[in-house]
Amino acid sequence: MDNILVSTKVTKRFGGLEALSKVDLEVRRGAIQSIIGPNGAGKTTFFNCVTGFYTPEEGEIIFNGHNITGMSPDRVTHRGISRTYQNIRLFKNMTAIENILVGMHPHLKSWLIGAIVRDPRTVREEAEALKEAYRLLEYVGLKGRGDMLAKNLPYGEQRRLEIARALASRPQLLLLDEPTAGMNPSETQAMVHFIQRLRDELGITILIIEHQMRVVMSISEKITVLDFGRKIAEGTAKEIQTNPTVIEAYLGRGAASGLGEATAQG
Amino acid sequence: MQNKYTDWKQALRSGLLGGVIVVVLSLIGIVAAFINTYVIHDVISLGELLILGPVMALSLTAIRKATNKQPGFLLLTAAISGLASGLVILALAGLGQVINLRAMFLNASPDLYAIYAYQQAPIPGLLLRLLVCVIVSLLTAGFTLLPARIKTALGQGLLYIVVIGLMGRLITMMLSNWGFVAILFQWMFAANSLSLIGAIVLFLLTAGLAYWRYGRPKVKRITDPKKQKVVRWGTLAGLGVILIFLPNILGLWFSEILDNVGLFILMGLGLNIVVGFAGLLDLGYVAFYAIGAYTIGVLTSPELGFFNWTFWQAFPVALLMAFISGLLLGLPILKMRGDYLAIVTLGFGEIIRILVLSDWLKPWLGGTQGIQRIQRPVIGIEGVWTRTLTSQQDLYYLILAGIIVVAFVAIRLRDSRLGRTWMALREDEDVAVAMGINHVATKLTAFAMGALFSGIGGTLFAAKIGSIYPSSFQFLVSINILSLIIVGGMGSIPGVFVGALALIGLPELLREFAEYRYLFYGAALVAMMLTKPEGLWPEARHRLELHEEATPPPEAEAEPATENA
Amino acid sequence: MFRTWRQKITLTDILVWVIGLSIAAVVIWGTISTLQSGKYSAESWFDLVVKGLALGGVYALIAMGYTLVYGILRMINFAHSEVFMSGPFTAVFLANALNNSGFLNRYPLLGILAVAVLSMAVSMSVAVLVERVAYRPLRNAPRLVPLITAIGASFFLQYTFRGFYGSGFEAYPTIEALNGAWQLGTVRLFKTQVVVILAAIVMMFMLYAIVMWSKLGKAMRAVSEDKEAAALMGIDVDGIIVFTFALGGAAAGAGGVLYILQFPVVHFYMGFIPGLKAFTSAVLGGIGNVPGAFLGAMVLGLLESVGPNLFLDGLGIPVASQLKDAIAFIILVFILIFRPSGILGERLTQTKV
Repeated sequence: MDNILVSTKVTKRFGGLEALSKVDLEVRRGAIQSIIGPNGAGKTTFFNCVTGFYTPEEGEIIFNGHNITGMSPDRVTHRGISRTYQNIRLFKNMTAIENILVGMHPHLKSWLIGAIVRDPRTVREEAEALKEAYRLLEYVGLKGRGDMLAKNLPYGEQRRLEIARALASRPQLLLLDEPTAGMNPSETQAMVHFIQRLRDELGITILIIEHQMRVVMSISEKITVLDFGRKIAEGTAKEIQTNPTVIEAYLGRGAASGLGEATAQG
Repeated sequence: MQNKYTDWKQALRSGLLGGVIVVVLSLIGIVAAFINTYVIHDVISLGELLILGPVMALSLTAIRKATNKQPGFLLLTAAISGLASGLVILALAGLGQVINLRAMFLNASPDLYAIYAYQQAPIPGLLLRLLVCVIVSLLTAGFTLLPARIKTALGQGLLYIVVIGLMGRLITMMLSNWGFVAILFQWMFAANSLSLIGAIVLFLLTAGLAYWRYGRPKVKRITDPKKQKVVRWGTLAGLGVILIFLPNILGLWFSEILDNVGLFILMGLGLNIVVGFAGLLDLGYVAFYAIGAYTIGVLTSPELGFFNWTFWQAFPVALLMAFISGLLLGLPILKMRGDYLAIVTLGFGEIIRILVLSDWLKPWLGGTQGIQRIQRPVIGIEGVWTRTLTSQQDLYYLILAGIIVVAFVAIRLRDSRLGRTWMALREDEDVAVAMGINHVATKLTAFAMGALFSGIGGTLFAAKIGSIYPSSFQFLVSINILSLIIVGGMGSIPGVFVGALALIGLPELLREFAEYRYLFYGAALVAMMLTKPEGLWPEARHRLELHEEATPPPEAEAEPATENA
Repeated sequence: MFRTWRQKITLTDILVWVIGLSIAAVVIWGTISTLQSGKYSAESWFDLVVKGLALGGVYALIAMGYTLVYGILRMINFAHSEVFMSGPFTAVFLANALNNSGFLNRYPLLGILAVAVLSMAVSMSVAVLVERVAYRPLRNAPRLVPLITAIGASFFLQYTFRGFYGSGFEAYPTIEALNGAWQLGTVRLFKTQVVVILAAIVMMFMLYAIVMWSKLGKAMRAVSEDKEAAALMGIDVDGIIVFTFALGGAAAGAGGVLYILQFPVVHFYMGFIPGLKAFTSAVLGGIGNVPGAFLGAMVLGLLESVGPNLFLDGLGIPVASQLKDAIAFIILVFILIFRPSGILGERLTQTKV
């Protein structure tokens, strides 16, 4: 069992509210796994705990054998975790290529003196970074968009750019927060293929938060279901679909149609 | 029917507002103050323009807002608006005759009423005023009805008359340096303003030119990169030559102004890094300026007699002090965001000023008396050739050198990984941190660089003045620098130059306005933010020139640049 | 747990704590040596405390404008110090006229009331005008933009009033009824200071009542929670914002009258320092929080009047009162570092991602 990420009994409270309680989660290296659950189940909170935005009150998060609990977000990124956001958060007034270059931050070295003097090493580093950035841009299918401001890109391209930016830090683990939100079926399909390509070609482990059951069921090797901050089920798509607790959690909120639809197609 | 009714109400309201504006301007005192500042000699003065300007502007508003666009109706609207404005002005004059407004409003003087009445007896004079208000409003309406081409030409012509007329004193002064050239232009000016003939000729020339140019394509842009390069270097070289000879061309008085503008450019470039690039609102920037200046003062002044160093010995120490205080202040406060940061930096600026002023530190910093006899910088090699930089013209070159260095560094920083990091933090701090950026270190670098540049400004200021007082380091200085950055365009390096020329240079040039400088300043800031918040010379989204041709963008060409949106 | 703690701590935190602790040490040392020297009697401390509370009352009323506007628009109304200045600077003419006619000393209460009403009306109008001209068109602009217009408006107002009434100082007449002090055993209470403190408390309570219990106040709080939702519930958001500015302006005008009772001289630049102090109070108490502003103002007033003598005198610093503003700002800086939400403000949950 080679797990890239292991969380044990992670608990996060906001005032009296327990947004996450004792969540155990294991992510196998090289897998595509998902976290699902109704609104407010604590999915994004879990991402925020992993990436260092929140410090959990209890529990541990181990990444690659290192304890990263409570580490600041920038250090977590340096360790090899990268993420996207539910509502796209690009640097809107910077160009697409600049967005990617910012993503490369952890792998570049030049600082104050290098910037002013422009010594050969800095020049070389910047040139290589730029080349790499254009390569990434092409990889996510945004060739030729480099000089456009991020805010002027169409919605689907913004999502791709956000992934390119996340990839730029060369992560081992990529966290995608609702990567298909707001997309039509064909766009969604393209995104699913793209995510699979990421894993197959780049060997990155991917953890996804998703609302659309269709997406989750088709690509996840393992699915974790959260409800009210608790893990209520875990397993393969099949197992989840037949799990009575999960059905109840969704039915209780009148969201059964989502699951039913997914079952029919899955 | 109802439409017409609301139009009239609108006209009335605009007119009343126009009148109120004139009354307020009068009570502030600027109408009477500028009644003898002629735009065209003995024909029209700035004071008169300040009365007629608002009246015309508000009747223009009434015309714009009118729903019924028939010419006759528009003329009527303008007339109502003008009449209303005139009546408000008359009301002030009338009220002033009955009760003594002067007990409260200093400027509600008989002089003002005489100006309203064109120096005539009250009754006929004020009726004349009313008539003039209506007539200029009608003229405004007539102007809007003209074809666009004539409108443009007329507008340009009038604009040039006002601008050149107001600059009359400066132009004649500059001309006086040039001998025979002055004779060529003498007839155009009379007593610090345009002569009537000069105005007519100027109007015909500029209006004619505008009429001719209307609708013609502008000069073609050079697209060939090689030619572009030649043009760019040519411009730079030309600019360099001009900058070198500028103090000699303009003379002593202008050099003083140039020095001031230069100092503000220096500091503006520094604050631009903090506010423009990194998005950290620093309102206590003057503190570092003070630290730079006072370090030089303490180290070099024989009056205090601690060190008696030379300027150049003290210079690096001063920079170091500014840099370190930037770091020390920055460390604890950079975790704060936005408004809190602004207030804390403001507080810091005030703390420094209060400490400098206090009796407690007087033995070291001189208290209210400041520090005198600061060593001037000496250049050259001991024993071969030396020169002490004391005159404004000498110091101009020192400041120019400072600006070149600082601008170079600022440009390099902007186009580097560090610059990108700053921008990312400015755009979205949380995400930037999630990209692996250490926000404290990054902000700190920006803050300390800004402090360093401000410190350079402070040292040069001390060298220029030769003696420093706490009163030179007020909160106003921070605000001045911030404002010039914003007026120039946040984050834009050329914007700093434009902003400094507009906000520091212009008021210095127009000394007549000194008394009302901050009044105009405040109004300009508000107007600027309401109409053109991106600044006079906004930051162009710099392309990464290195690899512009690496990937010829096929799609981007198909969908042409939405880049500057 | 120890491990996470160690990972969280940074050089910055250490430095901040070192600076904080050394300042605390200086303060404690200064306090002890001042008290040991016995230079000041209990009576003079009492005087300073009352003076501080009176000062705090003024700051509290001005701070209302900052706190209410910040609560609703999330912006610092930089021009508020000029809103404060405009009231008493205008009302001085009324006060002098009333004094010359003898009315003020015959009916001091009515006289002061008339001056206060004028002062409040002027400040209120200026506040509403600033909102209309400088802020409303920029409701959706980036944060920095309204801040700059605020600075611009501040300049414009200062120099407009300078143009109106001149650049000199105008003095308020002395009111005989408020002269002197009451002697209670060994301590004395200056009449002005007592009046100021009582008036400030009453007015702050009235403001609190308006914000908490009136219909408009409730609408105001709804708007500050969520503008769009409030608009959907049928609340006239623009109207509420105007009301907020008006309320803050009136409070500043009232604060202006309490100010001139203590410092009876006005000029066009008088707003800057009290405005800054009032903002400090608002932040100190937790911005957006009405009782917090009151508490913060009282704390600041006390620190300012007692602080220099208590903390600095014992250290042998000459004319320590010159440094009272520095004390105020240093406190501001440290409050913002250690407790950004202020004394009464709720601690915000960690940044939402």
